[in-house]
Amino acid sequence: MIPIAFDYVRPGTVDEAISALAAAGEDGKVISGGQSLMPVLRLRMAAPTTLVDIGSIAEMKGITDGGDHLVVGANATHYEVMNDALVKQHAPLLAQAAGTVADPAIRHRGTFGGSLAHADPAGDLPTVALALDATMVAKGPNGTREIAAKDFFVDYFTSALEPEEILVAVKVPKLGDGWSTHYEKFNRTAQAWATVGVAAAVKRQNGTITEARVALTNMGPSPVRASSVEAALAGAAATTDAIAAAAANAADGTRPTSDLHASAEFREHLAKVLTKRAVAQAAGV
Amino acid sequence: MTETLTDANANPVGRPLRRKEDARLLHGQTNWTDNIQLPGTLHMAILRSPMAHARITNLDVTPALKRPHVVAAFTAKDLGDLNGSVPCVWPVTDDIQMPGFPALAVDKVRHVGDCVAVVLATDKYAAADALDAIEVDYEPLPAVIDMEAAIKQGSTAVHDAADGSHGTNVCYEFPLKPQGDGAFDAAVKAAGDDVVVVKRRFINQRVIAGYMEPRAVVASPMGMSNEMTIWSATQIPHVLRVLLALVTGLPENSLRVIAPDVGGGFGGKLQLYREEILAVQIARHLGRPVKWTETRSEDMVASHHGRDQIQDIEIASTKDGQIIGLKVDLIANMGAYLQIITPGIPLLGMFMYPAIYKMPAYEFNCVGVFTNTTPTDAIRGAGRPEATYAIERIMDELAAELDMDPMQLREKNWITHEEFPYTTVAGLTYDTGNYEAATAKAMDLFGYDALRAEQEQRRASGDPVQLGIGISTFTEMCGLAPSRTLGALKYVAGGWEHCTIRALPTGKIELITGTSPHGQGHETAWSQIAASILGVPVDDIEVVHSDTGRAPYGMDTYGSRSLAVGGQAIKKAAERLVEKAKVIAAHQLECSVDDLEFIQGAFRVKGDPAKSQPLAAVAFEAFTAHNLPDGVEPTLQAEATVDPDDFSYPHGTHLCAIEVDTETGKSKIRSYVAVDDVGIQVNPLIVEGQVHGGLACGIGQALYEGVEYDSDGNLLTASFADYLIPSAADLPSFTTDRTVTPSSTNPLGTKGVGEAGAIASPPAIINAIVDALRPMGVTDVKMPATPENVWRAIQAGQGGAQ
Amino acid sequence: MTHIPISVTVDGTVYDVEVEPRRLLVHFLREDIGRVGTVVGCDTSNCGACTVLLDGKSVKSCSVLAVQADGHAVLTVQGLAEGEHKWHPVQEAFKECHGLQCGYCTPGMVMAAVDLLQENPNPSEEEIREGLEGNLCRCTGYHNIVKSVEYAAELMGGKS
Repeated sequence: MIPIAFDYVRPGTVDEAISALAAAGEDGKVISGGQSLMPVLRLRMAAPTTLVDIGSIAEMKGITDGGDHLVVGANATHYEVMNDALVKQHAPLLAQAAGTVADPAIRHRGTFGGSLAHADPAGDLPTVALALDATMVAKGPNGTREIAAKDFFVDYFTSALEPEEILVAVKVPKLGDGWSTHYEKFNRTAQAWATVGVAAAVKRQNGTITEARVALTNMGPSPVRASSVEAALAGAAATTDAIAAAAANAADGTRPTSDLHASAEFREHLAKVLTKRAVAQAAGV
Repeated sequence: MTETLTDANANPVGRPLRRKEDARLLHGQTNWTDNIQLPGTLHMAILRSPMAHARITNLDVTPALKRPHVVAAFTAKDLGDLNGSVPCVWPVTDDIQMPGFPALAVDKVRHVGDCVAVVLATDKYAAADALDAIEVDYEPLPAVIDMEAAIKQGSTAVHDAADGSHGTNVCYEFPLKPQGDGAFDAAVKAAGDDVVVVKRRFINQRVIAGYMEPRAVVASPMGMSNEMTIWSATQIPHVLRVLLALVTGLPENSLRVIAPDVGGGFGGKLQLYREEILAVQIARHLGRPVKWTETRSEDMVASHHGRDQIQDIEIASTKDGQIIGLKVDLIANMGAYLQIITPGIPLLGMFMYPAIYKMPAYEFNCVGVFTNTTPTDAIRGAGRPEATYAIERIMDELAAELDMDPMQLREKNWITHEEFPYTTVAGLTYDTGNYEAATAKAMDLFGYDALRAEQEQRRASGDPVQLGIGISTFTEMCGLAPSRTLGALKYVAGGWEHCTIRALPTGKIELITGTSPHGQGHETAWSQIAASILGVPVDDIEVVHSDTGRAPYGMDTYGSRSLAVGGQAIKKAAERLVEKAKVIAAHQLECSVDDLEFIQGAFRVKGDPAKSQPLAAVAFEAFTAHNLPDGVEPTLQAEATVDPDDFSYPHGTHLCAIEVDTETGKSKIRSYVAVDDVGIQVNPLIVEGQVHGGLACGIGQALYEGVEYDSDGNLLTASFADYLIPSAADLPSFTTDRTVTPSSTNPLGTKGVGEAGAIASPPAIINAIVDALRPMGVTDVKMPATPENVWRAIQAGQGGAQ
Repeated sequence: MTHIPISVTVDGTVYDVEVEPRRLLVHFLREDIGRVGTVVGCDTSNCGACTVLLDGKSVKSCSVLAVQADGHAVLTVQGLAEGEHKWHPVQEAFKECHGLQCGYCTPGMVMAAVDLLQENPNPSEEEIREGLEGNLCRCTGYHNIVKSVEYAAELMGGKS
């Protein structure tokens, strides 16, 4: 219940934060809302010597319209994301999934950027970022770089961020006309992590699915696109049967773990069922 | 909506008065043990074993002493005689194995979380930090986790011969064969061809109590004397005082134990925990207050667990469904050590397997087993949920085998209301009950026929979401307990309860009870009972409890005993007080005692209502003692200590409809109807709340909760992130109602209610899930019925059907 | 590690203190300034017993560092009522509907309910249940907690 002692700095700008992180050395750690980090600290599963609190950095807050995409500040809380008019309009999948994260109190503090940087395979938002082909904007001592979602989630709790880099913002492409989405989260109790989750985005023209994106939560060390499902859906009829046939491939290429909440075998089964449901829901079938 | 508290004309018993307790609880004006901050307090932190079974090969606390703010640190060796041994007060057989249970482990650790060393620091954070400095090495030993493997020849012993045990993991074996050994087989044989036998193995999984307030203790020695005040988040301050005196050697009359506000117990705080012993002994040794509050992670490994039984149950009936025999073989997990009543828990269920049913033959046997796991003990229902689960599950299986409606099978076999009092095959005598009435009401509220029709329709259409109906017609024995019965079962204490009522000179009433509430609302309900007899406003009564200094006699709160037993003491004490007051009032009114009647809190001369004397005036007279009749002692108070004549047997019918998603295995409760008969209700609002909470606990066990260890004995469900307690979003609203069949074994006509919901609900849930899936070849689903367990049951069922 | 000066407003009173950076907000409340009405029930952010409002929004005070509350305002269950006799409607409703038993989850449950009703003055049963998913109670089975929140909504004018 009591974290190991650490020093604490609260920089006012991203540049100050980068310097502070560099100064803190290898045992420095970034905190913003702290909703992923605090339990880890309380259970003494991590022992950073310095916490760099980026939570007050104004330039990392807010959600703005970037033309063909939204720019979601890394400090935007889940609460802000799920209620934001721009997100609801242009990335409803993100708004919906943000509303399924943990519980209201945690959503008030936890941030979008924090969830992504934490790279928990059971996290909902990395999956959504992957499904939406979001781009991470990271800043470090060597300047700013952009990282595609597909390259960002590397392994269990490991992102592509360098130790001295900070995730500053996320560019979320707007879905154009004809797209609709759904996030299907399956957990054992309402506040539990996703046993499996499926983010689906479907573009429909008349009775046909012209394009689909499907990403899976907790089906491996990092979120994964169900590419064989996507391939099977492209050009398929928007019918229950066609969707079910495509969804039967959902576990292809996944590497789910067995743990207390589900075996790998059951997760593979769930991935298929939930993919079918997520796509059907998104496609309005 | 609000009931007024002061309407003196209405009998307060039976009214849903809003609780006296709530104001301060709702404003955060609380007195939890962890709130107590005494000057000079040392915070205790405990180094716990990360291993399930190991020899401690090196242990050195001196590096911790060098850490800032650390005042002391101890190992078992350092404590010597102060270490003490945790007592077990229920040696169920003469040859039971009762190994030592030192507060700090000596040489060996026997479960993950076993206490190894303690650090005392002036700051809580510093104490936690200093644990990291303790040097300790372990030599791992094979962990004994699986109960059946544990009792096989050649298994590693949790307590080996060197520890003074007989070298096997069998703690005890307890048979109950009221009709003789072999009675079940004989009954089956006697039935010839007209017999159906159904045998099942049910696993009643390990669960935790899950009270929201973690345990805490503060021990404060007074000066140079032996005097010590101990605050503890406990259900049993009175029992704790006796046991602490026995364990520590401190004179009992110098110990004061206070259970201040206690945030739930559910049996989990019915215990003398090693941390309490350590706090007391170290406070005494150092002459300073010692405080310990557990973290939730500590609670998961260190506070006793419950259930964890393998139940082999066999039922036989005639082909038309008349039960002819029942046989139960249990293997019960004790865990690594015996806590206060660990061995007795299965025996609290032993009498209840025959439940509400008539049958000629019953056999029971229980083997208690040691394993390298956290000790088990009482959790809400303690033994009776296990029994109810097994019998109500197998009744459904028998019905399926007989192709009978499960409710019809129950009706055919239950004790009818004319047959009470009824002595069961297990030897208990149920005083009263009306299973027909409770069932009729429940069926009516539930809409049984319509749900069955929907079930048919879903089956016919191949709906991926199937509907199931689960029944649990249960009874339980509670109101622990007649002392003679406890004695016969080798329990080393009585089951009486005490009350003292004092009419104070200012007209206020002090009601001193030996029950120890931790959420139940005794302050309100006890006031209602006393007010109904004394005729004073409920608000004029102050209930004093849970402090051995102010309420010295009592046996505390567990086993749904507080009202069923403690309520009788309140009634008797109040009546005695009136009798004593009457003598004084007669003297004041210059009449004979026989001329007086006591109405609405005043003594009146019969036929002359103008001549009256309120109780308050009598109390003042008793205080001044200026004009008392000859032979009457000053002060107006009365006390009563009541030993119950018998247990209390609440019953009820619970019906549950569940939608099972056959694709994902997820179950969703569609409706839950609970009609309970708890006899006379003192406060129906509180009764209903108790039922709701019990249901949530039982549904938690059925659907969500279960302690899991890996094969090395590591606890996998080590926090609330992994041990899933249902939230509001996981549970439905409940439809609850009552029938009222007053108990005849206590003068208030009340029965217990605290455990009923937890006892009745697990089989209702699982029966519903199995009922939904039976056409798919499913005949059982393991608790908790997680999506995966349900999915696997479907897979297995369909595999079997092919 | 160096202590850091912070200034936090709790239930209307400003507290200027120095804390260790690792000090949890809930420990600051309970142990440094004696606001013991807010309690700790777990160590994994699951139980919600420690829920308070931080700048008007519910947070779990075990999951916020005291230093992170610097310059902000905390409202605990102890600051909810206006004096002894003017209870907050949520408090009133919990008493009326028997929405508490042992009372340990109550400080957090009440604050979560206050937050829920300010977000959604007229919630459905399902919205109430989902809105309280971060607060565990072992006594009530939530039935009467849900009723309490419904009744509080009525008292606050959100529901007819």
